[in-house]
Amino acid sequence: MSTDVKKSDAQVAKADLVTATIDGIEVHVPKGTLVIRAAERLGIEIPRFCDHELLDPVAACRQCIVEVPDAGNGRPMKPQPACALGVMPGMVVETAATNEKVAKHQRGMLEFLLINHPLDCPICDKGGECPLQNQALSHGDGESRYEGVKRTFPKPVNISAQILIDRERCVLCQRCTRFGEQISGDDFISLSERGALSQISIYASRPYESYFSGNITQICPVGALTSVDYRFQARPFDLVSTTTTCEHCASGCELRTDHRHFQVKRRLAGDDPEVNEQWNCDKGRYGFCYGRQSDRLTHPLVRRDGKLVPASWPEAIDAAVVGLKAAGSEVGVLTGGRLTLENAFAYSKFARTVLGTNSIDFRARPYGADEAGFLASEVTAKPMDVTFTDLEQAGTVVLVGFEPEDESPAVFLRLRKGNLKNRTKVLAVAPFLSNGSKKMGATLVPTAPGDEVKALEEIASELEAGTILLVGERASLVPGLLSKVRQYAAKGVRWAWIPRRAGELAALEAGCLPQLLPGGRPVNDARARVDLQAAWGVAQLPDSAGLDAEGMLTAATSGSLKALVTAAVELSDLADPEAAKAALASDSVFVVSLEQRLSELAESADVVFPVALLEEQIGTFINWEHRARPVEIVNARAQSVMTDVRVLAALADALGTDLGMRTPPQARTAYLEISDWEGSTPKFTTAGAFGAAAGGDGVRLASWHLAVDDSRCLDGAETLRQSAPAPVARISAATATALGVHDGQQIAISTDAGQVVLPAAVTASMVDDVVWAPTNSGAELFRTLHAGPGDLVRLTVVKTAGGAA
Amino acid sequence: MSVDVLTPTLSDNWDQPDAWKIANYVARGGYEAARKAVGMDPDAIIGLVKDSGLRGRGGAGFPTGVKWSFIPQANPNPKYLVINCDESEPGTCKDVPMLMATPHTLVEGVIISSFAVRAHHAFIYVRGEVLHVIRRLQKAVADAYEAGYLGKGIFGTDYDLDVVVHAGAGAYICGEETALLDSLEGRRGQPRLRPPFPAVAGLYASPTVVNNAESIASVPAIVAKGAAWYKTMGTEKSAGSTLYSVSGHVKRPGQYEAPLGTTYRTLLDLAGGIRAGHQLKFFTPGGSSTPILTPDQLDVKLDYEGVAAAGSILGTKALQTFDETVSVVRTTLRWTEFYKHESCGKCTPCREGSWWLVQTLRNIEQGKGQEGDVEKMLDLCDNVSMKSFCTLADGFVANITSSIKYFREEFEAGYHTPAWELFPYEKSVYFPYERERITVSEGAGE
Ligand SMILES: Cc1cc2nc3c(=O)[nH]c(=O)nc-3n(C[C@H](O)[C@H](O)[C@H](O)COP(=O)(O)O)c2cc1C
Ligand code: SF4
Ligand code: SF4
Ligand code: SF4
Ligand code: FES
Repeated sequence: MSTDVKKSDAQVAKADLVTATIDGIEVHVPKGTLVIRAAERLGIEIPRFCDHELLDPVAACRQCIVEVPDAGNGRPMKPQPACALGVMPGMVVETAATNEKVAKHQRGMLEFLLINHPLDCPICDKGGECPLQNQALSHGDGESRYEGVKRTFPKPVNISAQILIDRERCVLCQRCTRFGEQISGDDFISLSERGALSQISIYASRPYESYFSGNITQICPVGALTSVDYRFQARPFDLVSTTTTCEHCASGCELRTDHRHFQVKRRLAGDDPEVNEQWNCDKGRYGFCYGRQSDRLTHPLVRRDGKLVPASWPEAIDAAVVGLKAAGSEVGVLTGGRLTLENAFAYSKFARTVLGTNSIDFRARPYGADEAGFLASEVTAKPMDVTFTDLEQAGTVVLVGFEPEDESPAVFLRLRKGNLKNRTKVLAVAPFLSNGSKKMGATLVPTAPGDEVKALEEIASELEAGTILLVGERASLVPGLLSKVRQYAAKGVRWAWIPRRAGELAALEAGCLPQLLPGGRPVNDARARVDLQAAWGVAQLPDSAGLDAEGMLTAATSGSLKALVTAAVELSDLADPEAAKAALASDSVFVVSLEQRLSELAESADVVFPVALLEEQIGTFINWEHRARPVEIVNARAQSVMTDVRVLAALADALGTDLGMRTPPQARTAYLEISDWEGSTPKFTTAGAFGAAAGGDGVRLASWHLAVDDSRCLDGAETLRQSAPAPVARISAATATALGVHDGQQIAISTDAGQVVLPAAVTASMVDDVVWAPTNSGAELFRTLHAGPGDLVRLTVVKTAGGAA
Repeated sequence: MSVDVLTPTLSDNWDQPDAWKIANYVARGGYEAARKAVGMDPDAIIGLVKDSGLRGRGGAGFPTGVKWSFIPQANPNPKYLVINCDESEPGTCKDVPMLMATPHTLVEGVIISSFAVRAHHAFIYVRGEVLHVIRRLQKAVADAYEAGYLGKGIFGTDYDLDVVVHAGAGAYICGEETALLDSLEGRRGQPRLRPPFPAVAGLYASPTVVNNAESIASVPAIVAKGAAWYKTMGTEKSAGSTLYSVSGHVKRPGQYEAPLGTTYRTLLDLAGGIRAGHQLKFFTPGGSSTPILTPDQLDVKLDYEGVAAAGSILGTKALQTFDETVSVVRTTLRWTEFYKHESCGKCTPCREGSWWLVQTLRNIEQGKGQEGDVEKMLDLCDNVSMKSFCTLADGFVANITSSIKYFREEFEAGYHTPAWELFPYEKSVYFPYERERITVSEGAGE
């Protein structure tokens, strides 16, 4: 964990500052600073609508007009928009505070803005937090002189499944269209018509498909853009806001979560200039209903006569204790990748001091043989190095096994910004040039899954000091790739590992790997164990290496693992869900599951404990930058007070050991006490030789999770799901020709285990003999095919009866 | 008054049979100036045009040679020349007739000007409605290619030049040079924020000269006959010969080419005076965007300085002429309706101000105005004036405020009497007239 270091103003060389006067007060700012920003520094508020500090100026609304008696050259200017006027040395500016003419302009402009505005504030979602309302009150006249006919439009109309527009409320500030062009790159909305009939429209032929569309509802300075989910749900003044962190990916965006009557009504992007700036993705914004589905657990369950039945907490704890005691130390812990640092730490300590095992793994996903060693040695307990800001300023960024727009949307936004503003060169080592890559201006390094090592060697000249290499969680599936990353690191290439899930970095810090104790201590280092034994006041920590996730499942199948404690593990996330299911279903393994919602895994569990939702607890995520991201209690009237920490503490008590923590804050304190370790760190030894992926019949499978897919964390966010990209099977033109299919025709991707049928999308940039399909959109790819990225699959044309498609 | 005052330069060949045909143009010495220019030092051409005192004929009167010299030649991007022929200002009617009569004069000007600013691509942006002009211009460009005046290695030199004739879609705002560039790039035509100025980052973010068609068409004669000759016409600061469009209640409306600084009195004489039995009431010196003037200003020199001193703008030298039968309320309303229709909608004061003012003016026209409406309109105009994004809005402010300045009582009469009762509309027209129905369902956007 590291704290963020902000560049102070002092670092801006004094020489670059110019002096100007606003309302008689001197201000020293870098030359070219916009007058509106310079005024903010002095605490002078200039009203505005189109201005947004993260969008290029348009100077369209004219609300921010100021007078400039001296442009710095001794001559006056005509009235100027403060949002587009750069400060010049010696410039003299007068705002409404000191110039009655400006005050009149501002009143006049507000009067103009309101003549065609419906003034339906009482039924408008923005009412109460509306810049138009606020500024009309602070800078406008009480009465309008307008008695004419207002422009009207049918309202509202859908821009997308989740966004609505009330065109009559629109003040035509173009923030939304500029967001599409300048930030997300999804310019599917545009102005149409002209004059007072100008309106924000969608294209007839292009649907508004964007992972970032919710941001436009947040920056719209009026209630013109609203989201279907939040419409008429609350009044802003009835909402209680909490600043917290998004749980949906490893970017760790700051969120503002609003609840009313202890039910979350909406989530907005928080403002963290170092991380997400003022944006977030739609998954982060709309994906908050998963905890209020009918499968939410409210009480423990125990298995009686083969069936899970409700039980009291003491009953359930007793049942768990019996099972765990019987298993002795032949027990393992699977924590999933979604826990906070505090909860993960509790599991880590529980495994070592209560269960007496090192068999613990957070990876509920496919992974390669050398990943755990790599993560323990190269990622864990490292200081913050590559940051979001670095991405924006890097000369070259190489992406491998990583699709930012889908797998860490805030990273995508920052890379796009870097590409647009600083001409950052983005190289995507991928099977095709995705839409996200196009929007980042990326150059494709066409690579079949499995050939990434070779691809990196081919662009070795790009991988020099100063380049940033971003490695996704799929990288370990490529033999030798992680070793390659280390080689480049040794050459001065900066790099970062960006997993998909929000809890993976925290799990590493907490020691949720078989060879890793908390704080980066190697299990096989006696000094590290002694250090921890002393800190924890235990006589002995298990010293033998434990089993990793796949090892535990194999051991469960063979009967050598007797019990398993799991934290919200989704079977479908695993490399082979069916095999895992079979392993857990075996009578010889006793399964205790801690989860928020009844999962597929619970079908095989012997005891199920409900645990608190993230919005009900405090905690810490660590994002891919290694930056601590605070999670706060949003909903103080929690349905379940039992966090994972609390349940584990109760189990520990019943098993006769004190876990030493009962609440997340206690867990954090306990973690901080032991987090410093200056001794040895785990060593990474490369597993296996480098080389191309296995050859054979068929084509290679490429796949990743789309940001908006069938993930259970989006349950309840139905309008969001409606705007998810339609699943397709991407193949190259040559592969399509060889197969005899045309674009849009149904094709089957199959293995001996099963098949998935999707429409073919013939993709120009696609490498030959590879098929890409989304991991979990419409069909569960891994479960159906028993195959993952890089594996060989067969492609066949789906014959349609009677010619009907 | 005699026709001596005329200085046919641009219009020299308009009376020739089939003047628009390349052979006829060449027969009268056409393209000789271009041939001469491509053998010159480009900077010398810029110097020559500077020396001639030629000022932009698109309305603002910016010195053309100076504009060309702003092109940063060290910039590695291509340089572009864009000809503004969107001509949509009410009353302005000079570029369109010029292109009908002599398109090759413009093409020749384009060659010389492109060569001077080192452009290898020039675009002529023509208002979309004038299809006949577009066809004629396209034919002229094609013929020039055929003759080797355009294309690769023109006139046997190593200079390449391509010219594209682009049809706009009929929006007044696309005559504003940055909106024109957006439109040319295939975007919605709305003015761009400046800086950067087109000279630095114009078309496709490259250095671009945007000039009015008349400005560029004036160049061949300057190259052929010299700067000193050009300066013999016009006034000290407004040199040269120009096309005045005289329209309205005159006997012979049309284009009159005369030196800058010619008075309206002279032009009226040329046009045969006001129609019989009537007297001049007011006129615009430079199209609907310029404040109106009255008979008191008949002797104002129609050059940039003279008209400015009289409180108006020379603009496009479009003299719309109105006799005493005309209701100034009506003209103001019609003009304001035009601006409301043509407002691009980007900025608040123009978009909303024109919407509002039209409604107020309509009430006044119908005799349904209310006490205080005139003051309110002046106040609204003050809230618009100089605060809009581009100068389109200043155009409607100009004619409302100037009309009220000279004819306030006509507006005040609108508090009780419809304009058509004070100034029966049928009296001001030349054809049988039926008053248009007034639509009130204005508010509906769809
Ligand atoms: C609303 C508006 C419409 C305009 N329309 C035209 C036009 O139709 N033709 C034109 O040459 N200039 C027009 N202009 C002026 C141009 O912006 C620009 O000043 C001119 O093309 C420059 O050419 P010049 O230097 O040769 O005069 C217009 C300006 C505004 C604000
Ligand atoms: S919809 Fe909102 S953000 Fe978009 S232009 Fe209108 S007011 Fe601005
Ligand atoms: S980018 Fe990641 S952290 Fe940010 S809002 Fe989206 S899912 Fe949440
Ligand atoms: S003044 Fe504003 S709304 Fe009017 S045309 Fe210019 S930019 Fe458009
Ligand atoms: S805030 Fe400056 S013009 Fe809109």
